[in-house]
Amino acid sequence: MDFSTPPYLLKNASVQRVMLQVMAALVPGIAAYVWIFGPVILVQLAIATAAALAGEAAMLKLRDKPQSMFLADGSAVVTAWLIALTFPPLSPWWLVVTGTLFAIVIAKHLYGGLGQNPFNPAMVAFAVCIVSFPALMSQWPAVGLKIDFADQLGIVFGTFPRVDALSGATPLDTLKTALKLEEGQFSVAALLANQDVFGFFAGRGWEWVTGGYLIGGLWLWQRGIISWHAPIAFIAGLSLLSGALWLYNPSQFANPLFHLFSGGAMLGAFFIVTDPVSGCTTPKGKLIFGFAAGTLAYLIRVFGGYPDGVAFAVLLLNICAPLIDRYTQPAIFGMKDAS
Amino acid sequence: MLQLFKFKGGVKPQTNKAQSVTEPIGIAPLPSRLFVPLHQSIGGTPRPLVAAGERVLKGQLIGAADGWISSAVHAPTSGSVRAVAEHIAAHPSGLTTLSVEIEPDGKDEWVERQPIDYAAMAPEAVRERLREAGVVGLGGAVFPTHGKLSASKTVAMDELVINGAECEPFITCDDLLMRERADDMIRGVGIFRDLLQPKRVLIGIEDNKPEAVAALSAAVARLGEKFEVVAVPTRYPAGGAKQLIRVLTGKEVPSTKRSTDLGVQCFNVATAYTAWRAIAHGEPVVSRIVTLTGNVERPRNWEALIGTPLSEFVALGGAKADTNGYLMGGPMMGFEMPAMDAPLIKATNCIIAGSPTLFPPKAPEMPCIRCGECAKVCPHELQPFEMYWFARAKNFGKTQEYKVFDCIECGCCSFVCPSRIPLVQYFRFAKSEIWAREKEKNAADSAKARFDWKTARDEREKAEKAEKLAKAAAAQAAKKAAEAAAAAAAATGGEATPAAASAASGDAPVDAEAVKKAAIAAAMARAKAQREAALPKNTDHLTPAQQKDIAEVDARRHEAGIESAPEAGPAAEEMKP
Repeated sequence: MDFSTPPYLLKNASVQRVMLQVMAALVPGIAAYVWIFGPVILVQLAIATAAALAGEAAMLKLRDKPQSMFLADGSAVVTAWLIALTFPPLSPWWLVVTGTLFAIVIAKHLYGGLGQNPFNPAMVAFAVCIVSFPALMSQWPAVGLKIDFADQLGIVFGTFPRVDALSGATPLDTLKTALKLEEGQFSVAALLANQDVFGFFAGRGWEWVTGGYLIGGLWLWQRGIISWHAPIAFIAGLSLLSGALWLYNPSQFANPLFHLFSGGAMLGAFFIVTDPVSGCTTPKGKLIFGFAAGTLAYLIRVFGGYPDGVAFAVLLLNICAPLIDRYTQPAIFGMKDAS
Repeated sequence: MLQLFKFKGGVKPQTNKAQSVTEPIGIAPLPSRLFVPLHQSIGGTPRPLVAAGERVLKGQLIGAADGWISSAVHAPTSGSVRAVAEHIAAHPSGLTTLSVEIEPDGKDEWVERQPIDYAAMAPEAVRERLREAGVVGLGGAVFPTHGKLSASKTVAMDELVINGAECEPFITCDDLLMRERADDMIRGVGIFRDLLQPKRVLIGIEDNKPEAVAALSAAVARLGEKFEVVAVPTRYPAGGAKQLIRVLTGKEVPSTKRSTDLGVQCFNVATAYTAWRAIAHGEPVVSRIVTLTGNVERPRNWEALIGTPLSEFVALGGAKADTNGYLMGGPMMGFEMPAMDAPLIKATNCIIAGSPTLFPPKAPEMPCIRCGECAKVCPHELQPFEMYWFARAKNFGKTQEYKVFDCIECGCCSFVCPSRIPLVQYFRFAKSEIWAREKEKNAADSAKARFDWKTARDEREKAEKAEKLAKAAAAQAAKKAAEAAAAAAAATGGEATPAAASAASGDAPVDAEAVKKAAIAAAMARAKAQREAALPKNTDHLTPAQQKDIAEVDARRHEAGIESAPEAGPAAEEMKP
């Protein structure tokens, strides 16, 4: 019996349980990923996990912190998985390791470790790598590309040449490039109908992966791990702007559904903007954070120089989070009339 | 059907109440010793009225209430006073408190009890009677009940809320009281109603106590009262006064106001019961119902005498072998009893025997991940993780900005925290630090004010003296001049004119010089005073310790009568021309 402080009864809750549930929520998306792009993503997940745990262990040792408690908390693994899922699946192993180590060592531990990082570590990893290795970070496998698992592994570990077939672009990228190059020549509708990177309503194959993230995210919400505010606001921000432009000129702008189910939107909505450490914590703050991130992500993705904008949008909002929280403190019990 | 309101937050821990409600309330046997602390309520510490060796009767006043917010203490049984001395308190600190040790004589002989008909008495007299009978809030806060029985002068009393929610796990003493002693309890509510004159009386009971709801409803009907007995949803801390008021009336009492300012007042059911016993039976509060549960063979509620040592009380339940401590109160807000001879007091509603299986050791604390669970369950809608952050950084000003003083320490935040952070402890720490600093600051401020006042007075006196001196010198000079003139006038036409003239002219310049000197001295003193007032003094930014020292030195000087002596001496001499 621990008599140090009341309460003496505690709910069966731990950081580890929270993180395990986040991992579980990623499983539907990962399953779809494997189904569409092959099991190589599992290898990437393993590489990222190993790198994250190694980085975490080294930093804990340097910082003289208890090893087993923090290695088991699962936070590093969640970061690793988010990195693996946002990087191209056939990225060379060292790219994933570099990104992961940067996230764990610099973005997390140099800022004080678990709970102290002002920026989302996975998004830092993505941003650092896309700025440093833009070519590699843009090489997405064309859907339907038939490379067997052994060759995929070979590509990841550098024993198999990175053939041109790899350098397919994401649906988002394809759309942007086509619209930019052939200004006025192609309409979005024609592109969606003709190009084989597009599926029923978004990127081919990606529809399923992002749908998987959506399912996992809804489960997290149902479990009370995340609140609805930030995801809904993110989706609203992205949809409102994309919807307005789409209504304004449907031949130049893709519809909101396409945007929601392409790139990092769903992962961002349910797994990134909901990060409590780097995000906002008040209900109103979460709404502002999510909405602004969704809007920014759209602007960067459509008008910016990068194939997707979620990472930069989230990092920019991370900077604002403390300020937003400061000014969105909810009125407390008995003080609602006063404010 | 009364429309119920909701309070935000709250948690649902396992209630663990079933164990202790199977048996009726037992009357605990007389213990071999009683240690009755004199200070058992909020407010002033009662003065002891008995001395070692005296014989006391059951219900005899042994500690008289000191001040209006204070409550009397009585001998729980007849016997002899062994000592009036410091004894370990039922408090987590393990500190001692002045207690009356009584050795029971086994007769349990009452003093003469004087039942009164309160309907014929002035409200003030009834309140006084409750104060003398030691009636305090038995829900745990032990606030003197009479102090809560005056309605606000400006706000009409809408609702009287009677708290039978008993939301803490394990505790069932109010449940059993309501089941078994409903009539007297309802009559007690009648006293409160008559004193406060509310429009409605609402009795709130968590809906996991249907027997109590039924018993009270029946008693209300039987006694022809119009009280509403309301089952409220079971959710900790529904029994917090502010939460129950919110649920039953929709009113939120802010920390800055008293509930009577919002036209509502709240009492615990056991308090109502003891109020009735005190008024209608003349029995002061010498015992209370205490739940004995947890890791014991025979969990049960006992009516135990105040002052019963913990060891003798828990013997009634038969603690199991692996018992490793005893909690007073519930597992959410209670604390570990510091020793086995610490006594039961008026605030003791429950004793829980603990064991490693019942309350497993807490896993190590992890860093806060700002998940916000604590904010979700906070019944006062605070942001505990923000307060924690600032309390940890000892940035107490910020904790106040985030309303740390609105925290009722219910423990919901700690209960759900995945990082197992003892949040409530951090908030208690912040509060006590802020209180300590405020006290220190007040002490320093008054010391500084005293010091400044003294310095100013000294300067003023100096200036006044110098001016007086100047005036005196001037007067002297004028007098001398006048004398000289008179002498000169008298000598007019005489032969001594040159001598007189020379005397006058010789004296006059000397006196003029003295006047000048005095005037200069006065001006200098004034300038010095002005300068010192404008310039920062090295005594402006003293530590409280230094200020205390100075204050003490001043006090000693004052006592020794030397405060003004060094100045009086030279000044007195200067006065002599």
